[in-house]
Amino acid sequence: MINKVVANADEAISDIESGMTLMLGGFGLCGIPENCINALVKKGINQLTCISNNAGVDDFGIGLMLKKRQVKKMISSYVGENAEFERQLLSGELEVELIPQGTLATRCMASGYGMPAIFTPAGVGTEVAEGKEVRNFNGKDYLMEMAFDADFAIVKAWKGDTAGNLIFRSTARNFNPVMAMAGKITIAEVEQLVEIGELDPDQIHTPGIYVHRIFQGRNYEKRIEQRTVRLI
Amino acid sequence: MLDKTGIAKRIAKEIKDGYYVNLGIGIPTLVANYIPEGINVVLQSENGLLGMGPFPYDGEEDPDLINAGKQTITTLPGSAIFDSAMSFGMIRSQKVDLTILGAMEVSENGDIANWKIPGKMVKGMGGAMDLVASAKNIIVAMQHVNKAGESKLLKECSLPLTGVNCVKKIVTELAVLEVASGGGFRLLERAPGVSLEDIRKATSGKLIIEGQIPEMQI
Repeated sequence: MINKVVANADEAISDIESGMTLMLGGFGLCGIPENCINALVKKGINQLTCISNNAGVDDFGIGLMLKKRQVKKMISSYVGENAEFERQLLSGELEVELIPQGTLATRCMASGYGMPAIFTPAGVGTEVAEGKEVRNFNGKDYLMEMAFDADFAIVKAWKGDTAGNLIFRSTARNFNPVMAMAGKITIAEVEQLVEIGELDPDQIHTPGIYVHRIFQGRNYEKRIEQRTVRLI
Repeated sequence: MLDKTGIAKRIAKEIKDGYYVNLGIGIPTLVANYIPEGINVVLQSENGLLGMGPFPYDGEEDPDLINAGKQTITTLPGSAIFDSAMSFGMIRSQKVDLTILGAMEVSENGDIANWKIPGKMVKGMGGAMDLVASAKNIIVAMQHVNKAGESKLLKECSLPLTGVNCVKKIVTELAVLEVASGGGFRLLERAPGVSLEDIRKATSGKLIIEGQIPEMQI
């Protein structure tokens, strides 16, 4: 079997170049590929198009890449938690394409399932529909939305084995499995990298066929965006 | 007139045993606190969880377990976790019985605007467009008028739309209204101490008043 294990994030992203399109897993700060984001910041490439549900916060996640002006365009569903993002958007330095969250997820899924497009009712009759083909099925209108075409997908999983099989934990799963399926090259960083045979095949969320590189991440901060507790 | 809690309590009465429900951010989130005793409801959080539990106790927060508002939460016995595509799959295929969300404007044919104000920083629609395009039952929780005192129940929405012809019912601090099939807001209930005149004045779109309008029971 081809060895998919790389030493660290620097090696995993070594051939990502300026101008490429990247998918980055996570919802808010939950389940984001922290190690690879830090490595991308260190590498200093720019003009990136990033497909990610959110854009991080000012000093964490994709916010770190924004701060270094590495991102040309964000394709997201919600980007409200980031002052630097807002500044770059309003000054015209950053391009943003906002798309419905389900459309974002399903365009990833379509890519991983080998389907060129999907039909969804989300956005019919709104500005999201502008310039898109509308089809009527059984009396209801749907927009045709294209599968994504990303050079790299970068995801974070809880456990993975050296064959690239992945298991996610709790709601840190979110966009990670569908993005893992959608990259021309998929990089997975995991909290625990184990040997082949240690994961139960019945428990695998993403089969290793979709994963090209895998490594055990380190120093996960797992920052909480909205710490909310029960009063009593 | 109702406060936010009152609106949440009234909406909670719309929830039936066995419902799968998606609650939006703001007043809708409060609804979870007033689900009647003995009713079994499963809350869906569109980042990928069915069976959302209460906030964790201090010190028991799990950064891997959040809701769609990015708040730390808990699971419950019987909870299930899934990816974002499946989450919107169950929304699109109408497995979720009821969606409750806030709005900036609702029109008399059930259009909703709640994601964008031209000229202001746009944060994005998140999952709102997917939810309103597919949900079989949508209840809007909102104030009847905006901060400038202008009605939010309009003939046509002035703000960019989130979805068309989708809202079924609206609960405000003044009233419960349903979107009539031929268009217009049919008044169903008045909030305690609110007159028909108060509601007429606050409603810019076509208001339909038929027969006696009862006061809300909360």
